[in-house]
Amino acid sequence: MKHFWLRGEPQVIATAAALGITLLLTLTLVIVVLVNGMGFFWPAGVARAVLKDGTVIAGEITAREMGQPPRLQFKVGNRDLYGQDFRWVDRAEITSLSYPSDLIVLERKEHGNFYGFTKTVSVDGEQAAAGGDPAQRLDAAWEQVAGKSKTASSLDKQVSDLTYQAERIRQQMTRLSHDDRQGNTATIAALKGRLDGTLARIDGLAEQQNGEATELRRATVTVADASGTGKEIPIADIVRIYRPNSMTVWAKTMYYLERLRELLFDEPRESNTEGGLFPAIFGTVMMVLLMTLFSLPFGVIAAVYLREYAQEGFLVRMVRIAVNNLAGVPSIVYGVFGLGFFVYGIGSGMDRLFYPERLPTPTFGTGGILWSSLTLALLTVPVIIVATEESLAAIPKGIREGSLSLGATKFQTLTRLLLPMATPGIMTGMILSMARAAGEVAPLMLVGVVKLAPSLPLDMRFPYFHMDRKFMHLGFHIYDVGFQSPNVEAAKPMVYVTTLLLLAIVIAASSSAIYLRTIMKKRYTTRTF
Amino acid sequence: MASNESPLLDSTILNIRDLNLFYGQAQALSSINLAIPRKKVTAFIGPSGCGKSTLLRCLNRMNDLIDIVRVAGSITLDGEEINSPAMDVINLRRRVGMVFQQSNPFPKSIYENVIFGLRIAGINNKGTLDETVERSLRGAAIWDEVKDRLHESALGLSGGQAQRICIARAIAVNPEVILMDEPCSALDPIATAKIEELIHELKKLFTVVIVTHNMQQAARVSDCTAFLYMGELIEFNETRKIFTNPDNAQTEDYITGRFG
Ligand SMILES: Nc1ncnc2c1ncn2[C@@H]1O[C@H](COP(=O)(O)OP(=O)(O)O)[C@@H](O)[C@H]1O
Ligand SMILES: [Mg+2]
Repeated sequence: MKHFWLRGEPQVIATAAALGITLLLTLTLVIVVLVNGMGFFWPAGVARAVLKDGTVIAGEITAREMGQPPRLQFKVGNRDLYGQDFRWVDRAEITSLSYPSDLIVLERKEHGNFYGFTKTVSVDGEQAAAGGDPAQRLDAAWEQVAGKSKTASSLDKQVSDLTYQAERIRQQMTRLSHDDRQGNTATIAALKGRLDGTLARIDGLAEQQNGEATELRRATVTVADASGTGKEIPIADIVRIYRPNSMTVWAKTMYYLERLRELLFDEPRESNTEGGLFPAIFGTVMMVLLMTLFSLPFGVIAAVYLREYAQEGFLVRMVRIAVNNLAGVPSIVYGVFGLGFFVYGIGSGMDRLFYPERLPTPTFGTGGILWSSLTLALLTVPVIIVATEESLAAIPKGIREGSLSLGATKFQTLTRLLLPMATPGIMTGMILSMARAAGEVAPLMLVGVVKLAPSLPLDMRFPYFHMDRKFMHLGFHIYDVGFQSPNVEAAKPMVYVTTLLLLAIVIAASSSAIYLRTIMKKRYTTRTF
Repeated sequence: MASNESPLLDSTILNIRDLNLFYGQAQALSSINLAIPRKKVTAFIGPSGCGKSTLLRCLNRMNDLIDIVRVAGSITLDGEEINSPAMDVINLRRRVGMVFQQSNPFPKSIYENVIFGLRIAGINNKGTLDETVERSLRGAAIWDEVKDRLHESALGLSGGQAQRICIARAIAVNPEVILMDEPCSALDPIATAKIEELIHELKKLFTVVIVTHNMQQAARVSDCTAFLYMGELIEFNETRKIFTNPDNAQTEDYITGRFG
């Protein structure tokens, strides 16, 4: 027995077990997210259930509970009719369960999904003749309306361009009157004329838009839910029509891909619980990139000073300890600091200096992507400093001496040998800091993240980068949709999907960095004797 | 007392006068007086920790890198004071090159290793560089071994090859003096023999100062030998004289292996 301990086997087993448990936990988490996230868009069959008391319901079976009595959870949709999307039914209550092929799902712009059956389609106020298949007519009408609303969205674009112009004119006017009201009277009057013209054009367009919208909304479909309650829905309000019970695998795949496309490239709807996540993806990626832009050079330079130039001594040791311990500061504290220092301190100062005419409306004196990235840069810069210092320290003394003995200056040694050799280590630090920043939510809530941002921080309008804008973020999206939305149950799958996306982004970013690092390592460490 | 003048009647290139060196409070070198002859090989021998490396590193002011070092006394290179604040250290190190105990090739190609000194001096003319690479590698007797893989990493070379690349790197900048601190101590006998042969060639063009703890090596490669003991220069003379008929009893004890 003594022998057994002495041989060191138990210690090896303990280390292996520790690693195994860690892996297992991580894997479980990833698998839960994967299964729930990836399955969400696959169109599930819609069941029609007849209950003992004679009521008929239709919906996707979303959960089964084995308790006493066993229960089924149906996603019955039709929020506008029932007031809620989900319904629990005792297993014993159900007398028959079927999957009728003409059961239809309408994904609507408002009120969530509708589950039911098509009755009649009416276009231009005329009831279509009783003959013919209502399902086919519905598809055709929807197709037609979708085409028309595409042209309507070009009007949207015009209106938003004009609004932007009007906004710029208005800003110019306030600036002029702020500078010197007397001297600029003539110019201001001219601008006023232009502004009025633009506003009039906007009004005209808006009227046209309204007209077209009412026109579109005249095409309606009358549907009935499982129990027969009728409902008239404007076809323009329907995002998507599908009949999951009669879809082939191919059709389901196409549907899945379409939903995926929507997720990645479209705007969110229904207080973020439906539609796409494009602004949040964009915001997260851009914020992390900006953060890296700030923290990487700053951290590397600080580390170089600490390791290569500073006199090793009490002060340097204290600084090093302080830097290491910054990692233990709760991230919300960084948020508070960012709010106080960046937003209220620097931001308000910038507003007074550069945008006095817009006050009291703040420009930089409120949360925005710039302040968010800076706050997170502050949070992650210790990681970069530590990584850089470690990798500089790991470079053999001979390299420095060899370089200096050839007449190189300290700076030349640094730029030509030490920094390139430290790059793989620095990149490790960068990967860690990017992963950390992508997942951080708490500080962002104070310095610029919002539930719904009206526009992206990067667009085609001068000055292209709008550093003052608020932005959306996947991590915050999870919190908001999962725990702050009025319809938490319906949002649950979205939480998984968002988590999956955030994971995917972090994995994509670190894989590319790791790939780069491997190339670098190969360049600097193939040494054989 | 040791002889101060060059034992050979050649011109002196490096002249060390009353050199004292302290690491903090500890004295590592005391009153060293030594004249190193031009285009000869001078060896520093002595037991471990006697100050050979320290003395060598004074000659190109590599001791500047250690904060606690204090130097007093004078070293002249062709009459120019090395320890004077007016001395341009960068320029000094170009004139006095160095090869270290552990070969230290840079993680770059063989080609870039050799021309590193030229690149940092701002020389980027392709013709000059190519020519320097060939001259230096031939000078370091490694041209034939590496001429077909100049653009491969120098980290893939064997220890002996890497050390010769380091020698090539040092002679690429055309120094006057080459300092070698136990250049063979990490090498096998064959590689060592190659380097020793090379040192014979090098002295045609350069002054070589070599530190070694291997007395046979000192006897084989050097023209003059300095014996140091506990930070003092005990004896300095022609190698032949030191190894056959030393003036000092301590020297005799050391080379006959009675201590050290
Ligand atoms: N960086 C240093 N700091 C303090 N003392 C040192 C340092 N380098 C060498 N010494 C001391 O100086 C003396 C001479 O060292 P060194 O020149 O390296 O000896 P050698 O090369 O002859 O073996 C030794 O006693 C050593 O402990
Ligand atoms: Mg030594």
